[in-house]
Amino acid sequence: MNIVVCVKYVPDAQSDRTFNDSDKTTDRESVDGLLSELDEYAVEEALKLVEAGEGEVTVVTVGPDQAADAVKKALQMGADKAVHISDEAIHGSDAPATSLVLAEAIKKIGSPDLVLCGLASTDGTMSVVPAMLAERLGLPQVTQASELSVEGDAVKIRRDGDVASETIEASLPCLVSVTDQINEPRYPSFKGIMAAKKKPVETWTLADLGVDAGQVGLDNSWTKVLEFTKRPPREQGEIVKDEGDGGSKLAEFLASRKFI
Amino acid sequence: MRLTDDHRDFRASVRNFVDTEVNPHVDEWEREGIFPAHELFPKAAEVGLLGIEYDPEYGGEGADHSFQMIAAEELGRCDAAGVSMAIGVQSMMATPSLARLGTHEQKQQFLAPAIAGTSVAAIGVTEPDTGSDVSRLRTRARRDGDDWVIKGRKLYITNGKQADWVCLLARTSDEGGYKGMSQIIVPTDTPGFSVARTLDKMGNRCSDTAELVLDEVRVPVANTIGEAGRGFQQQMHQFVIERMFAAYSAVGACDKALARTRQFVQEREVFGTPLATKQHVAFRLAELQSEVDLLRSHNLVVCETQLAGEDITRLASVAKLKAGRLIREVADACLQFHGGMGYIEETWTARFMRDVRLSSIGGGADEVMLQVLARLDGLPA
Repeated sequence: MNIVVCVKYVPDAQSDRTFNDSDKTTDRESVDGLLSELDEYAVEEALKLVEAGEGEVTVVTVGPDQAADAVKKALQMGADKAVHISDEAIHGSDAPATSLVLAEAIKKIGSPDLVLCGLASTDGTMSVVPAMLAERLGLPQVTQASELSVEGDAVKIRRDGDVASETIEASLPCLVSVTDQINEPRYPSFKGIMAAKKKPVETWTLADLGVDAGQVGLDNSWTKVLEFTKRPPREQGEIVKDEGDGGSKLAEFLASRKFI
Repeated sequence: MRLTDDHRDFRASVRNFVDTEVNPHVDEWEREGIFPAHELFPKAAEVGLLGIEYDPEYGGEGADHSFQMIAAEELGRCDAAGVSMAIGVQSMMATPSLARLGTHEQKQQFLAPAIAGTSVAAIGVTEPDTGSDVSRLRTRARRDGDDWVIKGRKLYITNGKQADWVCLLARTSDEGGYKGMSQIIVPTDTPGFSVARTLDKMGNRCSDTAELVLDEVRVPVANTIGEAGRGFQQQMHQFVIERMFAAYSAVGACDKALARTRQFVQEREVFGTPLATKQHVAFRLAELQSEVDLLRSHNLVVCETQLAGEDITRLASVAKLKAGRLIREVADACLQFHGGMGYIEETWTARFMRDVRLSSIGGGADEVMLQVLARLDGLPA
């Protein structure tokens, strides 16, 4: 089974993330980036499926030069090869434009049996690229898989909702997005880190994909960030001095916030 | 020596392991007085932590010593030193002789499962009357046909309760002193082997440190590591590797403790300003960090010298001595600057203070390091 996993290079959530003042895109320069943690689950699931049978795992990412780090991590975990689409013209692309580039890249890679995505990126957190990608590739899509198995030419997933869990089947080829409940991603071992250095990474531009620069980028995106404001600092908590009535005051506070 | 992207990536992997598989669980393990070695070690093995320098034929990573240094530094960031010590015992204290001198059969039987984390190893040297002075060792292995029959006691044995096998140092002749000792692999399910008690310790509380009793324990002579009669010399070599682990992991532990304390003193206000604005506090933390930086630099020299295959006895002993003393100073300063809160168990400083006290005792006490160094300097210590 050949699997393509879409991964994203995102600013480290532990850092002080912000936007560029000039064009209001995500600032990817001043903070360290890494493979989106939510995508690690998709990589792990792909590795498990291939290890249980046969085939190969290809990771694909769209992003600036530094995004090579994201595919490197996936290769260190055990993916077989990677494709990195990097082109100045892609800068500032929104979800529809990103899904267009990914779709053309996946077509060029070949016809995978399965396309796996994470639940969402940890920077944009839009969670819409998998659906757009499935539409562009003409594939059935099943989302939010917390369990996944392949039986014959079908994929079966469990999707946990607030009131019920659904078991859903889709015929292959298809696209599945997975949650952070589906597995425990492995850590790259020393052997994995060394092996990754010998694995093929192809770097493609828009021209390689036949995508016109006029279809992507900040100016051609359907959505725009108009303004951003920093979240206000957390306010000082209310300190209640206990003068014999501390318990009552605490109860009043909780009641005022409708906790009790 | 310059560290590469490979070192950086491996460091990230080990840190992720420590932050995910160890630190969220240590409070519980500390309360219980034991950590689940048979659950944790296979996970450590997945990262490659248990066989970094060992032969890939037995599941090792085949990496050079610099990656062992990175791993040990990161293990120093465990929030309970009992866990890092246990992993250190498995990877750098109980197995180096086996990996260096063991037969193919021994490595298949004992080293491969230790690297895979499916078996837990311990190192059995110290005895009730024999700590730093190994020449007084009394545990005796008497030869009977193709077997050793072993009688004796071993004390303060890390991983003692959970171990599947012990790399045991025992007398195999009556020559006395440093002569006539051998390293023998003793599976803990051998009749006559028992754990007398696990020890209630001041620190490293999640480590199952135990007293072992060997009462006519019969193991094949084929379990002898290297050369019979050369056990002391072989063990000395293993001890030097242990010193490196202590020095490397101290850097990781000190870095983390000082970073946490720097953050705390910037947030904590005293007399209307952050504690960090007091020059004494800022200077003390800067001074300690500079000493940690110096130890890190020295460790790089230890590592380079080890990579070059040269004698590291002096360098490793200096590193161990300095690491033990420095980490105790760091723990004391971090606790002091946390004030009353630092003395409370729920603040990390309290456990850290208790755990690091062992650094100047275990793996060769400060005084043993000083004796080694004094003798190397030609003094009759």
